[in-house]
Amino acid sequence: MTLLKVENLTLGFDTDEGRIIAIDDISFELESGEVMGLVGESGSGKSVTAKSLMKLNPDNAVYDPSTRITLTLDDGDVDVMSLRTAREMQVVRGGAVSMIFQEPMASFAPAISIGDQMTEQLLLHSSMSKREATELSIEMLNHVGISDAPSRFNQYAFELSGGMRQRAMIAMALSTKPKLLIADEPTTALDVTIQAQVIDLMKDLVAEYGMGIIFITHDLGVIAQTADRVAVMYLGKIVETGTVRQIIRSPKHPYTKGLLNALPDLNDLGAPLTPVAGDIPSPLERPPGCVFNTRCPEVIEGRCDAALPEVTDLGAGHHVSCFAVPQPVETSV
Amino acid sequence: MTDTPLISASNLSVHFPIAGGLFGPKKFVRAVDDVSIDIAPGTFFGLVGESGSGKTTLGRALLKAVPITGGHVKYSDNGVNYNLGELSAADLKEYRKRAQLIFQDPYAALSPRMTVRDIIAEPLEVMKLTSSREETDNRVREIAAKCRLNLEHLRRFPHAFSGGQRQRISIARALVSNPRFLVADECVAALDVSIQADILNLLNSLQTELGLTFLFISHDLSVVAHTCDHVAVMYLGQIVEIAPTKKLFSKTLHPYTKALLSAIPDLDPDAEKTATKLEGEIPSPINPPSGCKFHTRCPFAQDRCTAEVPEWREFDDEHFVACHFADELNL
Repeated sequence: MTLLKVENLTLGFDTDEGRIIAIDDISFELESGEVMGLVGESGSGKSVTAKSLMKLNPDNAVYDPSTRITLTLDDGDVDVMSLRTAREMQVVRGGAVSMIFQEPMASFAPAISIGDQMTEQLLLHSSMSKREATELSIEMLNHVGISDAPSRFNQYAFELSGGMRQRAMIAMALSTKPKLLIADEPTTALDVTIQAQVIDLMKDLVAEYGMGIIFITHDLGVIAQTADRVAVMYLGKIVETGTVRQIIRSPKHPYTKGLLNALPDLNDLGAPLTPVAGDIPSPLERPPGCVFNTRCPEVIEGRCDAALPEVTDLGAGHHVSCFAVPQPVETSV
Repeated sequence: MTDTPLISASNLSVHFPIAGGLFGPKKFVRAVDDVSIDIAPGTFFGLVGESGSGKTTLGRALLKAVPITGGHVKYSDNGVNYNLGELSAADLKEYRKRAQLIFQDPYAALSPRMTVRDIIAEPLEVMKLTSSREETDNRVREIAAKCRLNLEHLRRFPHAFSGGQRQRISIARALVSNPRFLVADECVAALDVSIQADILNLLNSLQTELGLTFLFISHDLSVVAHTCDHVAVMYLGQIVEIAPTKKLFSKTLHPYTKALLSAIPDLDPDAEKTATKLEGEIPSPINPPSGCKFHTRCPFAQDRCTAEVPEWREFDDEHFVACHFADELNL
């Protein structure tokens, strides 16, 4: 069942230096029980995309009128773009949609206990009594592997370690039983050892609750271990989408290939590292044509910098936007 | 490579006092506890471990940027010798020219109110290394070119640059005083993978060109594996394993090193996870566990590990480990 449908999402920010296009006409869908990885470097628009699903972007954000975000819930569709008041938006802010942020220290209020923050949202989004909310919160803390949950419940964010905080954040995000979970770099601030624990935990929870997840990260290794499908973003555009195996094993877009080649390979220590050449252009100076043409090793002069490449369907759910990728009819393997 | 190490730390300890009870015993955070390492000139020496293992403090102790509580650190380079424990104020100034730090976050490390030229020139002015403005400018231009910055960049302010460019600016600033020894503290952790490789390649070429010696601190073993000649693995203030990089990866001896290695997410979605997964988190360095400090999380821990501190021994040529069962485990 399609849970989320994003069509023609286009979003700019009005700043003193002019309007910055953060997201340029992207569309994607997400099924229930599916984990979609959103990869790209900083500035590619991953977090802004995620935040627009909850309408959390700041006031200077301007959505293009053609943007449509539809969330399909048990009791009908929600047109996210039409939500105006804070009360209307409750459904996408903690109700049917929850978010796990990157820096758990910055996302918990420092002067309110973990427990109060957990119960607050339950009281807001459900008809639970305070006691039921407390019981459920402690149960959730237990569930994500926090030992001694009843006493942790009364502690403050600074009293918990980084891994513990991220677990508490996950418990909090899941306690309202969301249909869609947005995880914005949930493991980036953690040590590899703790990251491995959190990834395992999230996999178990998806299997158990069956919600759809949008997993944002810049780490392709984390994507390979968590996602079913991957969308690769660059400067506000989705340049390639496919299943995780298609993206990792047979990437087609030069940017995806570049990202994969830039990763240090533990099985071949002597191999030189190949960076993606050049620097990400400032969003104020978006290149004309294909946004990646300034750094692309396969750039076709006169074509890539002149027109926007169409989305090519490579079959089996693999899509790419690149002039250098031959049409599938020509490459019948 | 000569036989004398450029930096040699023996039984180095850095303990930070923390407030105890009024009449209670004074407590210490044992950030670095009895660490001995030798860094050969002209090499990349990697230091890995989780956050809270004491990597940064060890790096700063070698720069004499934190007080050294115990042990010795010696610097020797072509007849110039310093004992960091007992540096005079004048010697410390000299040492600062020779040992520099590259910071983790290039967004926080550069003053937004200074032009790139002024940022790079500041060490020269503070250390009085140049006698005229012209000389300063020449030196700044020379080092900027080495770090692949355009002359036109020098007039701009840091906010105009991307993460990778900013990190090149901080590298230029660290190199401008012509140091011999550099501590790179998580210098690629804040960068995107596409840029990370670029900075690592730059450090590598600068190292070859200028004959620099690096202490390369990182939590990312795959980055360390590609950059460093030797790797030391640190846990709770102590080194648990040191080896030449290839040896460390081909024959891992310490269970902690193994756990760090297997925690790296595999790029193959179908990879079988035979991992030695670590439970729990790093204990507090105020009250470290008895015996082998890793025994609370070690999947192979036995009674002996709780009771007895493992001996630091050379298991194999240049391959050191502190584990009771290194011979038997076969990780």
